[in-house]
Amino acid sequence: MKEAQGHNKNKKFGMVIDLDKCTGCGACMVACMAENNVPFREDESDKQLGTAWMRVYKMTNGKPFPETEVCYIPRPCMHCEGHGGHSPCVSVCPATATDYDNHTGIVSQIYTRCFGCRYCMAACPYHARVFNWWDPVWPADMEKMLNPDVSVRMRGVVEKCSFCYHRYQRAMEKAYYEERQEIEEDEYQTSCTQACPAGAIAFGDLNNPDHAVHQLVKPDNRHGGRPKNPHAFRLLERLGTNPKVYYLSSREWVIRAGDNYVKNEKTGAGGH
Amino acid sequence: MVRMVGERAVKIEGLEGHPVNDGGVCVLGLSGLQLLYGSTRVKTPLKRVGKRGQGHWKKISWEAALAEVAEKLGQLRDDNQSHTVACITGSKHGTIPALFKRFMTVYGSPNVMTTPSVGDTLEMALQVMHGVEAQAGYDVENADYILSFGSGLIEGWGAPVRMFRANSAWRENGTKVVQVEPRLSNTAAKSDQWIPINPGTEAALAMGIAHVMMKESLVNNDFVESYTEGYTGWKKMVLDEYAPEKVASITGIDKMVIVKVAREFAGAGKPLALCGRGNGETPGSLAEAMAVHTVNALVGNINQEGGVVAVPIPEYAAWPETGLDNTAQIGMAKDRVDGAGSDAFPLAASLLNRFAAGAMSAKDYPVNALLVSGTNPVYSTPGANDFKKAVEKIPFVVSFSSYMDETAMQADLILPNHVYLERYEDIPVMAGLQKPMVELTQPVVFPMHDTKNAGDAIIELSNAMGGSIGDAFPWESYEACLEETLGDKWDVLSEDGLWEDEAFQPAGWGEAFATASGKFEFMNPDMDLMPSYVPLNLEGNASTFPLLLMPFDSMRLASGFISDPPFVIKAVEDTILKGKDACVEVNPATAKSLGLADGKPATLSTPKGEARVRIYHYHGIMPGVVAIPRGPGHSADDKYMAGKGVNFNELIGPVEDRASGLDMAWGVRAKLAKA
Repeated sequence: MKEAQGHNKNKKFGMVIDLDKCTGCGACMVACMAENNVPFREDESDKQLGTAWMRVYKMTNGKPFPETEVCYIPRPCMHCEGHGGHSPCVSVCPATATDYDNHTGIVSQIYTRCFGCRYCMAACPYHARVFNWWDPVWPADMEKMLNPDVSVRMRGVVEKCSFCYHRYQRAMEKAYYEERQEIEEDEYQTSCTQACPAGAIAFGDLNNPDHAVHQLVKPDNRHGGRPKNPHAFRLLERLGTNPKVYYLSSREWVIRAGDNYVKNEKTGAGGH
Repeated sequence: MVRMVGERAVKIEGLEGHPVNDGGVCVLGLSGLQLLYGSTRVKTPLKRVGKRGQGHWKKISWEAALAEVAEKLGQLRDDNQSHTVACITGSKHGTIPALFKRFMTVYGSPNVMTTPSVGDTLEMALQVMHGVEAQAGYDVENADYILSFGSGLIEGWGAPVRMFRANSAWRENGTKVVQVEPRLSNTAAKSDQWIPINPGTEAALAMGIAHVMMKESLVNNDFVESYTEGYTGWKKMVLDEYAPEKVASITGIDKMVIVKVAREFAGAGKPLALCGRGNGETPGSLAEAMAVHTVNALVGNINQEGGVVAVPIPEYAAWPETGLDNTAQIGMAKDRVDGAGSDAFPLAASLLNRFAAGAMSAKDYPVNALLVSGTNPVYSTPGANDFKKAVEKIPFVVSFSSYMDETAMQADLILPNHVYLERYEDIPVMAGLQKPMVELTQPVVFPMHDTKNAGDAIIELSNAMGGSIGDAFPWESYEACLEETLGDKWDVLSEDGLWEDEAFQPAGWGEAFATASGKFEFMNPDMDLMPSYVPLNLEGNASTFPLLLMPFDSMRLASGFISDPPFVIKAVEDTILKGKDACVEVNPATAKSLGLADGKPATLSTPKGEARVRIYHYHGIMPGVVAIPRGPGHSADDKYMAGKGVNFNELIGPVEDRASGLDMAWGVRAKLAKA
């Protein structure tokens, strides 16, 4: 793991997704595919074989008609910090192909190091990692639309959401060029955040009190980043993965669906 | 906004500050480059060499293609058969449809049709009740109580991104959203209250709500007393016919829920009722649109902040008329093949749902040629198989499509348009916005292939035909025509991509109505029209087809002219498409009674056809009702799209609304059996 260097305070980039606003339209998924050169095949209906970095799940409250409720839940990589950078996937990678960056809090995926053992996929409790069972094929003239900032991946390697790290690099390069040490909140936004037509996704530095993500969830860094906002939650909070993706919902059953609660257990701030 | 790397377009992104979209983009917009660079493009003019639909083509030059169209159409004209040529365009507004219409007029045919939507029905409702030609705009941003009669507010209804933004704002400012619908759609799932209703009885609920409001004197007295006509008679009818008990038995909604919603609606500061099922692509019943409109009128939200606004249609594409020669005059005097504007359907300007039957029967005359631009009616018209048969019978079919879609597959000649990223085109925004607005599509890349803007194609065709036809098209190119036509809007449009009539103010109640009485009219005795509940006579009988099949719309499935590109197909849920099969939503209770297990194959049949589907147990759908999405089931297109699922339009036929002539069908009888 890289240690913090220089005089800059470490950042912790994270995401807050408002499930009350998310309409399940899928724009985040498609914006991600277009930005990150995510390949596609003829049949994409077997989702376990697919390569989506961002996937929107549909959940229901399990009640019969007409008490049924539905909630969509977009799931990028959670960029888990664990305890001191021990994300589940980073801990198991034998090739150092995935790493926790203490400067940014971003979990990387280095395709040229990955040899496809898929330990990380087994370790990830969020199914955020996908495997390339086939080489990508870009039909007709579609190679023209490949984003030159993101390398395409070959058969046999694992890939996942990078929080559009290339956008961070681009923003930092611009800042250095302009003799700045820091970037503004809006200079680095992920493709899904930018595209979301409902404005349901916020992205920024969880450590920066001026950033929307910090204000929305009020993370408690002394307690593994737990949200102080009672409407905010993280997936499988009690697993201790310390994810950097938070969700907001006004609905109790949605919050409960985010973790494995026993029947009479209370949910709510601090009770996660 | 398109990110360019050299000559390559690599990413479409939203434009910050855009008054409609403000940075957001819908899935189809985000994958637009896959349309540009995809394999479904028609790359050069094509002439059919095999049988219709076989897909055997020969490349020909633009000169040869246009000369062939000019010769065929010229021959028909020489034989005094100009009226037997029909034309179908996508939108009805903007310069491209206007150029096609102008061409057809000077050529001598009244048979110009456009792709229908609920916008047509709402325009008619405003024509009857307001006496004005206008589209219905909805000030959704400023309303504080939304009562939606099945509108897919976040599923493609109106301008999608604008509606997403409004939906998020409602969540923040506490606007209550009530969704009335038999199925838990995404809109229903996001609403504050979902009221399941028996399919097709939405108008009865609207009338029941009107009943409660009038009975309990919860109406806007100022508006009703001073600015309306026919109120007393209509009120008596509603009080007699639509008591909550009766409406409860029709709609299946508890009486107290009806009363409560009526009181809440009337008690809200800025209540707004919306209609147009799903994404609004089907017109629906005129009486129903009027019923929902009266719910708005009773609270006096007509032309008010947070209400319904009659927005004038931007009619800038009105060029000076040029002379019609004798042949054209004779042709233009003939009755239309779809019956629009006839004594039976005086309100209708176009009835595409009646075209197939008209063309098949050839009662007055056959259809000898068909031009299709900006739409894919062989796929998207309810009764799609009948429509295809009608097209097969037409001796000469010309498509202007950029893509090898189902309609292009039936063509004799394809004159491919540039895709929207390669061309100029003005798009008046008609989708429920509260101000007149025009968008301009502008080229961001050079045309990839040997294609031509449909506007240029029609100008060149006119010139090739010469005479009074050529005289009507004095422009040297479509771009010149567009620039001249848009006049002072051009600078704004070419700079910002969007023109908005910022000075527009809705007319006050004293000036808003141009009916015979000069007031808002609840009833039109001359036309025997009034807001009411007209039950739909569903095709098929209930013993053979015990279920009701309804379509639903998803933002991840394009159901109109353009079909899903690969990225969007990839984003489609596995509860919608599984392998090549469409999944049909069935309530677990219904499925159990039919012995249909989750995930298993089944045969879905209707009086119109049958399809292989997979059962998807979904608690969010009313027992006895089943649903499949619109959008899949393409036979043309590439391997990513074609051959997957079923085209809902092949399972349903149009049901004519006697008041409007438009298609009022919202569903069809069906049965499900193990496959």
